[in-house]
Amino acid sequence: MGTGTGGDDSLYPIAVLIDELRNEDVQLRLNSIKKLSTIALALGVERTRTELLPFLTDTIYDEDEVLLALAEQLGSFTVLVGGPEFVHCLLPPLESLATVEETVVRDKAVESLRKISQEHSPVDLEVHFVPLVKRLASGDWFTSRTSACGLFGVCYPRVSSTVKAEIRQHFRTLCSDDTPMVRRAASSKLGEFAKVLELDYVKSDIIPLFTALASDEQDSVRLLAVEAGVSIAALLPQEDLEDLVMPTLRQAAEDKSWRVRYMVADKFSELQKAVGPEITKNDLVPAFQNLLKDCEAEVRTAAANKVKGEVLPEDSRETIIMTHILPCVKELVSDTNQHVKSALASVIMGLSTILGKDNTVEHLLPLFLVQLKDEYPEVRLNIISNLDCVNEVIGIRQLSQSLLPAIVELAEDAKWRVRLAIIEYMPLLAGQLGVEFFDEKLNSLCMAWLIDHVYAIREAATCNLMKLVEKFGAEWAQNTIVPKVLGMANDSNYLHRMTTLFCINALSEVCGQEITTKHMLPVVLKMSTDQVANVRFNVARCLQKIGPVLDSSALQAEVKPVLEKLATDQDMDVKYFALEAISGMYLFNLPTYIFSETFSFSSILFFFFSFSLSP
Amino acid sequence: VPPAINSTVGLCTTCRPMQVFTKTKSEIYLFFNLVCDPADVISTVEFNQTGEFLATGDKGGRVVIFQREPQGEYNVYSTFQSHEPEFDYLKSLEIEEKINKIRWLPPHNPAHFLLSTNDKTVKLWKVSEKDKRAEGYNLRDEEGRLKDLSTITTLQVPVLRPMDLLVEASPRRVFANAHAYHINSISVNSDCETYLSADDLRINLWHLNITDRSFNIVDLKPENMEDLSEVITVAEFHPHHCHLLAFSSSTGTTRLCDMRARALCDQHAKLFEEAVDPSRRSFFSEIVSSVSDVKFSHSGRYLLTRDYLTVKVWDLNMENKPVETYQVHDYLQTKLCSLYESDCIFDKFECTWNGTDSVIMTGAYNNYFRMFDRASLRDVTLEASREVCKRRAVLQPRRVCVGKKRKETDVSVDSLDFRKKILHTAWHPKENIIAIAASNNLYIFQDRLTPNGHHNMPEIQSAPPK
Repeated sequence: MGTGTGGDDSLYPIAVLIDELRNEDVQLRLNSIKKLSTIALALGVERTRTELLPFLTDTIYDEDEVLLALAEQLGSFTVLVGGPEFVHCLLPPLESLATVEETVVRDKAVESLRKISQEHSPVDLEVHFVPLVKRLASGDWFTSRTSACGLFGVCYPRVSSTVKAEIRQHFRTLCSDDTPMVRRAASSKLGEFAKVLELDYVKSDIIPLFTALASDEQDSVRLLAVEAGVSIAALLPQEDLEDLVMPTLRQAAEDKSWRVRYMVADKFSELQKAVGPEITKNDLVPAFQNLLKDCEAEVRTAAANKVKGEVLPEDSRETIIMTHILPCVKELVSDTNQHVKSALASVIMGLSTILGKDNTVEHLLPLFLVQLKDEYPEVRLNIISNLDCVNEVIGIRQLSQSLLPAIVELAEDAKWRVRLAIIEYMPLLAGQLGVEFFDEKLNSLCMAWLIDHVYAIREAATCNLMKLVEKFGAEWAQNTIVPKVLGMANDSNYLHRMTTLFCINALSEVCGQEITTKHMLPVVLKMSTDQVANVRFNVARCLQKIGPVLDSSALQAEVKPVLEKLATDQDMDVKYFALEAISGMYLFNLPTYIFSETFSFSSILFFFFSFSLSP
Repeated sequence: VPPAINSTVGLCTTCRPMQVFTKTKSEIYLFFNLVCDPADVISTVEFNQTGEFLATGDKGGRVVIFQREPQGEYNVYSTFQSHEPEFDYLKSLEIEEKINKIRWLPPHNPAHFLLSTNDKTVKLWKVSEKDKRAEGYNLRDEEGRLKDLSTITTLQVPVLRPMDLLVEASPRRVFANAHAYHINSISVNSDCETYLSADDLRINLWHLNITDRSFNIVDLKPENMEDLSEVITVAEFHPHHCHLLAFSSSTGTTRLCDMRARALCDQHAKLFEEAVDPSRRSFFSEIVSSVSDVKFSHSGRYLLTRDYLTVKVWDLNMENKPVETYQVHDYLQTKLCSLYESDCIFDKFECTWNGTDSVIMTGAYNNYFRMFDRASLRDVTLEASREVCKRRAVLQPRRVCVGKKRKETDVSVDSLDFRKKILHTAWHPKENIIAIAASNNLYIFQDRLTPNGHHNMPEIQSAPPK
């Protein structure tokens, strides 16, 4: 217990924490709130209940971040107030937090309330929790009523049938609240509430509410009802869907507001799952066709993402896509909006696995080719990034003739981010196109990136080389890229000379000891006399990096003298990196003069240390 | 014989001054000061949804909120600095702190919320009351002196005690960096979760909880700025339909957009424009037709637009001409040239509906403001001035005459003071209380006050002699 005697030292830290609950500095208050469990533990359960919680209940004037932390803390406070028996003591502070204007705080308070509702006994739930929910549901301000919407679902399954009827009534009332905020909250919790209701009540209560919310005058309410519709459809037996849910969903798919239609398109996969294959085939496919042709680009974009139709019945999937979806897809390929096209490009390749080889060659291939020539780089990139899907079905050769110009164009795009994106797909492309094709057509591109004027591209290009070598092997590297990389060591531009070093960093390990020692090391060592300091210190870093690949005789005979020389360089940075390389490799008997400074430094530290030990 | 006017739904012909607030040196006094600090000039006036609160913004970036007392008088409730002058270093531009618009949010909880904007940044403010204070420290006494640690034997949890009412204004959100041009309007949507902000060329849509992102819904900026032919002057959401918004332009048109149809509202659903009589065209035609304010009626059926010389009422169902047109100061027709030279012709007068949409009010020069009763077609000109308000007597109608004075009280056009102008006015949403901003003065008038200060029951008043 927290009642110590005679200036108890152990009280001090807790006293500070309590005082800082009301410090002027928000950060200190926040820290204190985050350690609320420590305070409660020190006070004991009794004082926590009688003093701390009443204080916290009235502290709702504070900053949002403090209130948020408080709402979160209270969710796991049950033990600190004396266990499930007393858990209802936590309701008043959470109730006041559930009415503040800041949405995140309210949501967190509701989350905590939901959590502690599970710790209430069925009796406590009806005596304490349900009245709180009712109070919130009939509160004056919309903030409390919105919070109530999220609480019905957790108490409903655990209360008596009379209380259940009351809860249903409260929910009904909130669904027709005056303020759109409350109707939105009710609409978004409708699906969740439906899940805990008995099936008969779903049909008699929830369906009328759903229908009403789905035709609300506010767009923002209607669009939330779509999601509820998905949950409700999943609860109902197949034979009831047609009568109870489908008219409303059909209406939503043709809503005047594009935001509602967007929601339908966005939730299309979930919707298909919920209503099952039969309704999907007869009802949703036509609706989907319309969404693909929608006048609003946002809707088309959302719909284009779903063209694969994963949930269609297995047996008729191919025919449905061929006869109903593909014609729309063909139109989308030449859409006026780039986002629509790029959304389509990211999924269209996936269709090939569904449609099989012949259909892909006949119908999809022409579309891929059109998209590969699209004016927007993002569309082309999306096609290229999904090449593997097609590769499995028809092999990439079919595309290679069109692929190459598209790749070359992207590789030389004026925007460096586009160039960067295509570089990242190079290893994948190389793997699928094969080494011959690569050498013939793409190798020169990869080398050209090494002298790009943007560093990020040069960096990505070196990384790309490493991945290519991993794919094609060290021998290929020795014949094709190593000579070119090493050739750059004599370039007049120091940035290009540095690129050689960066490439060696990346390549040494994958190329192996022989190539590294024989071909790369001499070049690196020669560059240690470069006139640009940046090159010289990168030599030091490079040597440290490739050290593990080299054998010890080469290290001792060739690397060591060079590093020692660099360690006496006039340039500070070169010296620094040379020393770091030397110490990092643990290979040398370190000359003492190098460490004289370090020694004096550590003796000072030692002195300090001993000083603080003697009081 | 002029028709009788019902005082609560008709013109405020029996307006009595309720109060006058003069702002000087950031303080509010109830006396008049001849020297006016430019920072004190009121730049916007707005009642909240219930009319219990009235907010004003000024050139100095301050917001003053008045609360109506149970006796009926408005008193200062809270004053805070909403915006500070800033400097945009990238564009080498000074950003004024002047409050361009204030809009109240629908009530959330006991606190009050309002949006205020200067040229670039919109802020959401919370104005709340605090009447409790925590007491009891462990380590310090109430004066803040540290206690002797050895005397601390138990932990003390602070308790809340009542204190004097403290009104606090705290900034809740700052919506910045979305406007390249000057913000002229903000308007809260009826869905209560979004609002729009409009500058000269673009309209952005914001979510009230999200400050780092907004959606551009209207963009008038041409590829080449030399092709620029119009700018947005005002934009407002429909009071009930969340998908409708109206915006007006400098060419005298008002467009209605349906946000359901498309994400971008560059294409309007309706265009309200009156064909100009070619014979009356002049150099000033376009300038005076520029719409300076747009207000939806409370019913949502009509649009009120103000241009330099007139106020017009448009039925949303009729695009080709207004259903009503009222001349505000027709006598200025002949003065346009000198008004152009003094830049007065670019003054942006606002207009407002009364609570039942039956009367329209707008400002004019010489501290005059005009009211038009739509049913009886009667109109009145009143003056907001210190001298008139001293007596707390019923305001006398004013008349401006073009030629010779016909009556003693008539005012000649040539003697009008064009520096004294009433640009900003507001009408209580339910009662006949109006707030008029004239320079650094805020006048609040109420129609027919009974001696105890309460509003009278509707009664028939005869109109003043014409």
